Amino acid sequence: MHTIYDVIVVGGGPAGLAAAEAAYNEGAKKILILERDTTLGGILNQCIHNGFGLHYFKEELTGPEYAGRFIDLVAKTEVEVWTDTMVLDITPEKEIHVVNGDKGYQVLSAKSIVLCMGCRERTRGAISIPGARPAGVFTAGAAQRYVNIEGYQVGRRVVILGSGDIGLIMARRMTLEGAKVLACVEVMPYSGGLTRNIVQCLNDFDIPLYLSHTVTKIEGDGRVERVTVQEVDANRNPIPGTEMIFDCDTLLLSVGLIPENELTRAAGIEIDRRTNGPKVYENMETSMEGVFAAGNVVHVHDLVDYVTAEAQKAGASAARHALQGTPEADKHITVKNGNAVTYTVPSTIRMENIGKNAEILFRVNRVCGQSEIRVMSGDTRIAGFKRDHMAPGEMEKITLPRVLLDRAGEELTISVEEA
Amino acid sequence: MANIICITCPKGCHLTVDEETLEVRGNSCERGVEYGRNELTHPVRMITSTVKLSGGRLRRLPVKTSQPIPKGMMEEVVRALDDVTVTSPVRVGDVVIENVCGTGADIIATREL
Repeated sequence: MHTIYDVIVVGGGPAGLAAAEAAYNEGAKKILILERDTTLGGILNQCIHNGFGLHYFKEELTGPEYAGRFIDLVAKTEVEVWTDTMVLDITPEKEIHVVNGDKGYQVLSAKSIVLCMGCRERTRGAISIPGARPAGVFTAGAAQRYVNIEGYQVGRRVVILGSGDIGLIMARRMTLEGAKVLACVEVMPYSGGLTRNIVQCLNDFDIPLYLSHTVTKIEGDGRVERVTVQEVDANRNPIPGTEMIFDCDTLLLSVGLIPENELTRAAGIEIDRRTNGPKVYENMETSMEGVFAAGNVVHVHDLVDYVTAEAQKAGASAARHALQGTPEADKHITVKNGNAVTYTVPSTIRMENIGKNAEILFRVNRVCGQSEIRVMSGDTRIAGFKRDHMAPGEMEKITLPRVLLDRAGEELTISVEEA
Repeated sequence: MANIICITCPKGCHLTVDEETLEVRGNSCERGVEYGRNELTHPVRMITSTVKLSGGRLRRLPVKTSQPIPKGMMEEVVRALDDVTVTSPVRVGDVVIENVCGTGADIIATREL
C-alpha cells in the first residue's frame, strides 16, 4: 500500500512554497511538493531585480532573495520535495501520475491537492505578427532567462512589443548590459505595467514608449534586421501612413501571460472564462472537492506578495480539508463582474466557509480616475469603495464584512463608476 | 513644482515637490518624502545584475548593491561587475565587491549557489 499524502502541491514556485508551508502550519503532516525544474523558487530565480516583498516582508528584496526566504522556511518543516518531477495527470480520485528521473513513473494519492503551476507567456503565434520568421524574436521572459541565468546577451539593438512588467524590466536590464533599446511599443492607449517600472526602466534611460502602436512587420534573413511599427486606431487597426522602421536585431514580446491549466482542464475542473484559470470558491477550492489552486494559475498577479497571501489561504484550506473535510454550505453567493470590471476572484462565496470578512480581487478593463467600486445585490447597493486611480495593470482588492454578505442575495455584482 | 512618480513601492504615488522648500505632497507614506527630496537633490537607484560564477551548478550569480547608489553612476557600477568571478559556494548577503566605485555601497550576492 502506498502512502496517502495529506496535501500534495503541484509546483514549487512562490505559490507552491507558501501553500506547503501554510498547510504544514495548519497541522497537515504528510505534505509533498512536486516541481518540474531542478530547483525550487520558480520564475523568481530569474527575476533578479528588486521590489519583491514590500508587503509581506516589509523590505525590498530581489526575486532570488524572496524565493530563498520561503525555500528556507519550507526546509525547516517536514515537507517533502521532489524536484525534476513532471506531473502528467490528476484524477478525480485525487491520484497524481508523475514521472521522476530517479523514481520513475509513480502514482501518488492525496487527500487534498493544491494547484500552483503558475502561468506562461503569450508568444508571437498568439498575436499573429506578419512577416518573416528569423531568429531574434523572444518572449521577454525567455530573454530574461538567457541573460540572468545562462549569461548570454540576446541582442544589441532591441525593440520591445508590449509594456508588461517583464518587458519593461528587460528594457532596463538589456540597456545596463550594453544593448540599445530603441523603443517600447504598446497597442493599448495605456501601459500594461506598473507605473514605477515605466519611470525606472524606460524614463531613466530615455527609452521612448509608443502607446496605441504595434509591430506590423518583422523582416530579416536568418536574424531580425528590422521591424515596422504603426499607430493603431480606436479599433486597434493599423493606420496607413504612420509606419516607422526600426533597424534592430532583436524583438522582445511582453504581450501577456496565460495561466497554465492543461492539468486542470484534463482533470475536468471547471475553468473561469474571465481569467482562463479554474473557478475558485472563497477558500481557493476549485470545482473538484479537495482540489485547491493559488497564484498565477488562477489569475495573473502583479505582485508576488499577493501570490503568497493567496497561496497561504489555499494551503491552509487544503490542510483543513485533509484533516476534517470541507463543511457543507447552504448559502452560495455568485460574484459577477459589472461595468469596467474584467473578472473577480473568487467566483462564488460559500457563507459557511468565511470568517469575519470575504476578500474579492479584481481588475478594471480601462484606466479609471476618481471612481467608486460598487457592490450590488440586485438593485441594492450594499457597499461602496472610493479610489483615486485604477488601471488594468494593477489588481484591486476589496474586503466585505460578513454582516453585509448575510444580508445580500445570491448574486453580487462588482462594478466601477467614474465620478 | 516638480511632478514625479514615486518608485519606492509598486503603488507609484504621484508626488509634487516644491523646488525651493523641498516640500513633498501626494505621498502616502514617509518613504515618499525621502524619495521626492532625493529625486530633486541627488537621485539614487538600486542596481541588480549578475557576475560570473565558477564551480557552481549555474554560470551566473545574481547580485545587488547593498544600498542605492547615485543615478549617474549606474553604468560605471555595472561595468565594474564585468570582470568579476566568484567561486561557489556563495550565501545570500556575501560581499562580492566592497565599496563599489567609491559609492559606499557593497555588491552582495542574492542567491545561495
